[in-house]
Amino acid sequence: MAECGRVDSNTSHTMDKSITLPPDEIFRNLENAKRFAIDIGGSLTKLAYYSTVQHKVAKVRSFDHTAKAAAGDKLYEISMQEEVTARLHFIKFENAYIETCLDFIKDHLVNTETKVIKATGGGAHKFKELIERKLGLKVDKEDEMTCLIKGCNFVLKNIPHEAFVYAKHADSEFRFQTTNPDIFPYLLVNIGSGVSIVKVESEDKFERIGGSSIGGGTFWGLGALLTKTKRFDELLQLASKGQHASVDMLVKDIYGGSYGYLGLTGDLIASSFGKSATADKDFSKEDMAKSLLHMISNDIGQLACLYAKLHNLSRVYFGGFFIRGHPVTMHTITYSINFFTKGEVQALFLRHEGYLGTIGAFLKGAEEDNPNQYSWGENYAGSSGLMSVSPDMNPMQRARSGTFPFDMLEMDRLERQLVNLPLLQDPSSYIPDTVDLTEDALAREYWLYCFEEALDGVVKRAVASQPDMPEAALRAEKFRQKYRHKLQTLRQQPFAYGSLTVRSLLDTREHCLNEFNFPDPYSKIKQRENDIALKYYQKAVKSLDELSWEEKQFALVQGVLAGNVFDWGAKAVSDVLESDPEFGFEEAKRQLEERPWLVDSYDQWLERLKGPPHKCALFFVDNSGVDIILGVMPFVRELLSRGTEVVLASNSGPALNDVTNGELQILTERIAAMDPVIEAGLREDRLLLVQSGSSSPCLDLSRLDKVLAMVVRERQTDLVIIEGMGRAIHTNYYAMLSCESLKMAVIKNSWLADRLGGKLFSVVFKYEVPAGKPNKDCGAFSPS
Amino acid sequence: MKLINEKKPAFPWFGMDIGGTLVKLVYFEPVDITAEEEQEEVENLKSIRRYLTSNVAYGKTGVRDVHLELRNLTMCGRTGNLHFIRFPTQAMPRFIQMGRDKNFSSLHTTLCATGGGAYKFENEFRMMADLELLKLDELDCLIRGLLFVDRVGFNGHPECYYFQNPSDTQSCVKKPCTLDNPFPMLLVNIGSGVSILAVYSENNYKRVTGTSLGGGTFLGLCCLLTGCETFEEALEMASKGDSTNVDKLVKDIYGGDYERFGLQGSAVASSFGHMMSKEKRDSISKEDLARATLVTITNNIGSIARMCAVNEKIERVVFVGNFLRINTVSTKLLAYAMDYWSKGQLRALFLEHEGYFGAVGALMELLKTTEDP
Repeated sequence: MAECGRVDSNTSHTMDKSITLPPDEIFRNLENAKRFAIDIGGSLTKLAYYSTVQHKVAKVRSFDHTAKAAAGDKLYEISMQEEVTARLHFIKFENAYIETCLDFIKDHLVNTETKVIKATGGGAHKFKELIERKLGLKVDKEDEMTCLIKGCNFVLKNIPHEAFVYAKHADSEFRFQTTNPDIFPYLLVNIGSGVSIVKVESEDKFERIGGSSIGGGTFWGLGALLTKTKRFDELLQLASKGQHASVDMLVKDIYGGSYGYLGLTGDLIASSFGKSATADKDFSKEDMAKSLLHMISNDIGQLACLYAKLHNLSRVYFGGFFIRGHPVTMHTITYSINFFTKGEVQALFLRHEGYLGTIGAFLKGAEEDNPNQYSWGENYAGSSGLMSVSPDMNPMQRARSGTFPFDMLEMDRLERQLVNLPLLQDPSSYIPDTVDLTEDALAREYWLYCFEEALDGVVKRAVASQPDMPEAALRAEKFRQKYRHKLQTLRQQPFAYGSLTVRSLLDTREHCLNEFNFPDPYSKIKQRENDIALKYYQKAVKSLDELSWEEKQFALVQGVLAGNVFDWGAKAVSDVLESDPEFGFEEAKRQLEERPWLVDSYDQWLERLKGPPHKCALFFVDNSGVDIILGVMPFVRELLSRGTEVVLASNSGPALNDVTNGELQILTERIAAMDPVIEAGLREDRLLLVQSGSSSPCLDLSRLDKVLAMVVRERQTDLVIIEGMGRAIHTNYYAMLSCESLKMAVIKNSWLADRLGGKLFSVVFKYEVPAGKPNKDCGAFSPS
Repeated sequence: MKLINEKKPAFPWFGMDIGGTLVKLVYFEPVDITAEEEQEEVENLKSIRRYLTSNVAYGKTGVRDVHLELRNLTMCGRTGNLHFIRFPTQAMPRFIQMGRDKNFSSLHTTLCATGGGAYKFENEFRMMADLELLKLDELDCLIRGLLFVDRVGFNGHPECYYFQNPSDTQSCVKKPCTLDNPFPMLLVNIGSGVSILAVYSENNYKRVTGTSLGGGTFLGLCCLLTGCETFEEALEMASKGDSTNVDKLVKDIYGGDYERFGLQGSAVASSFGHMMSKEKRDSISKEDLARATLVTITNNIGSIARMCAVNEKIERVVFVGNFLRINTVSTKLLAYAMDYWSKGQLRALFLEHEGYFGAVGALMELLKTTEDP
């Protein structure tokens, strides 16, 4: 009773083989492509390749100041450099396009090292000869199930929000699951023409524990016989319109009502097709298709539950062509699982389920490169997203939309391996984002509007950041189109890339900017702002040192908050800043809300400071310029003076005007040259600058640089400080840590302020001590 | 003697099980009627007895399974023959009508009924025929009836049987056996739908699960696919068909065994899988379709039953229900599936009175007060 074999291709339509593809947009980066893999199913082909992408990055380099260059010189120089990063490309298209695609690849394939192509899927043998002839590569066949599992492990580990629960009638149909680094063990129920039930225990250990011959092929074959409808998706459409109760014998048809004694409700199906055992009656195609769909979904759900129970597994993923993004089947399977387990087991589905085979085949071929030792990230710019205009869509819909039936997934190899912050109280329940815009329609509406409004400004800034490049305007325009298109897609399908959040909107924008070689539109602004702010550092420190201890503590907090007001989003303050930063800084302090703040646990914090110093503080910093130099550094200086070690965590790559690790290295050196406390901190290794592994204006504490996690552990970090709206409010506002934490931010968006019950420039100062530790108190608000 | 007699329920003794598709009726015909009794017996009662015992068919659709009759049975101190009668549930209105015409209510007997129809038709019995039903739970009746029939045996032979060498079609033979120590057993009742029970004693059991893919599904699909009208017709066609023309086997996909997972090439990979292809749909026979439907439903029941047996840690699986009537294709397939997939750990058992245990159980409820086996 196996499955595995995909459906024979009797459905592929004859299509014009001479069709011209928009190749640049589909088979991207083919010039450097190597390591091909292909998964040919009954109707769809999935191609994978590894390639390198050359794109521009902004690097900062310190000038040699020992030469005593003229005052007024810039602190550091910015240079654009070419960097090569690795990217995985996955493309899905109908089998009818296979020849055209192979021709295209042949014409553009430059890399001569490539000798073989890994292949899997039921159709692999059928197209073997064609592939070998067209590409001149040897087809190397891999076991289908092995590929499937390998691919599944890979996406579960590397793609946040890969798995979701489907709830047809909920506000948001898709409820995405947080990535749990511990993905094993799980059950994979692959519903192809038959059903295979596989228990996966580790990367290399899996076992087919069962299966059933009643699967997608049964629905298709029996459905075609009963309804004279040929295509699978047409059958599903029929089913979605039918009423099964006219064909099925329900409990109430036998009992007249419910079977109370056993708790079986009257609407339960007692006998599938039980009413069709008569020659006197005709049944509608829709009703028969619906009855068949229920019969098969319930049967598979029941078997899956029996196996899950027997092997004591609670995570059950469903895949295969029967499921593949079809809301109808996801709904019936979910219903069945809920019924048979009384809600104890949830049916889980995968966003990239269609790609598992090809990902796995690719990984088999790339074993020597050890792709599993890296972390990978979904590139939102290059990926189509769930339920895009993909080949899975039925041809009628597609014809109307007029787009090419290609679906893409791109994954970037991250430079660093990403892991959990060891100080998360419960990594498995940690959700970085404060508001899920997939579920909150009002908030979604606002933020989509907001990002669309801001697009002009972003485009202008991008162009301005590359004054020497005449084609920058053209590229910026392409960026605008791409990002606007993404926003439109997200308006229609908020679930396209997992849960929609402010973070994902920001990240998508960064990915799109990078795509068009605008790696750091704020580089020049950051540079200027850092230059200016640095000049006032000593004066700021001096005036702080003149205060009494208690005054000073408050002034330090005020300084961090005021510094955080300076954001190039807030145009009004940036003008002031450029003309007179010192005045601007003082002005910003006055602009701050008076205490008590919107969230105010300052008193508890002050009490805490009267106690023993912390062992080590981890500080996630935010913006360049005034924020880091006049706000954060004096605060750090005070911590060091108290005897607390400080780890400053900054972004690995640029995002907005956030200070990057590269910039911070230079800034800190400059400050150390003026300030003995900072200098001693660096020299004595009590002040560390570590990169976070992120290039986002927000912060996901479950995906941090492994080195940072190591340092945090080694130094016995007992205080985590998170600063700024992106990191402390859009994300991590509710993050529970196992040590003391301090979240500081000024709300610089009036809509958000309003929502949180405050006003523009309201202050959030949230000091928390985990339960069970002394000093338990924290400011809390609940967004109304 | 007289006192005990008074405790005995009045004749006629019926037990009825009204299912989704079939009504099963058992009738106890006393053969020890004394002359005195004969005289006192009202005409009505006599005519019922004569009508039931002298016919093997009733109306167009009622049938007495003569070969199942239990002769010279002692129940409740009386000796008699137990008759097994069935007719389609669709004929219930006519049956109730007959009850009214024959003035059944004047006999002052209690009509013990189980199955969903006992609830569904309760009102019609009351309104049309002035009859009160004693409604009984179908699973209680099923177990009680089954244990009783197994205990009294089948006219000197065992009620229970199994298949020896189930994996070899040549040497596979039916062998009688006894359910001496019947507990625990997994009881799989295949009617229109399927109920699976774990039975630990006569009164201690639980419904483990059920499936809607049962006898009703087989017949319903066969009617739609082949235009047949009856279970007998459907089975007749199925016996002549070849399901491998309809189903996709492992070897159709892999060219042979799928060794990675230890699957034989002859295992069904996808039921009706060949029917995805138009050419194959156009060339298929009704017999092949009927066979494939039968095999699909049977294998699925076998598979669920086996999983339940493993989950409940029960080695003995007893299959009952009218789906198995005259259906050796299914019984042999179930026996094979239990044996093969459990590597000989599980044994499938069958009972001769397949679908009548609920009705027997209902009759026993009638006799319960004085029943003394």
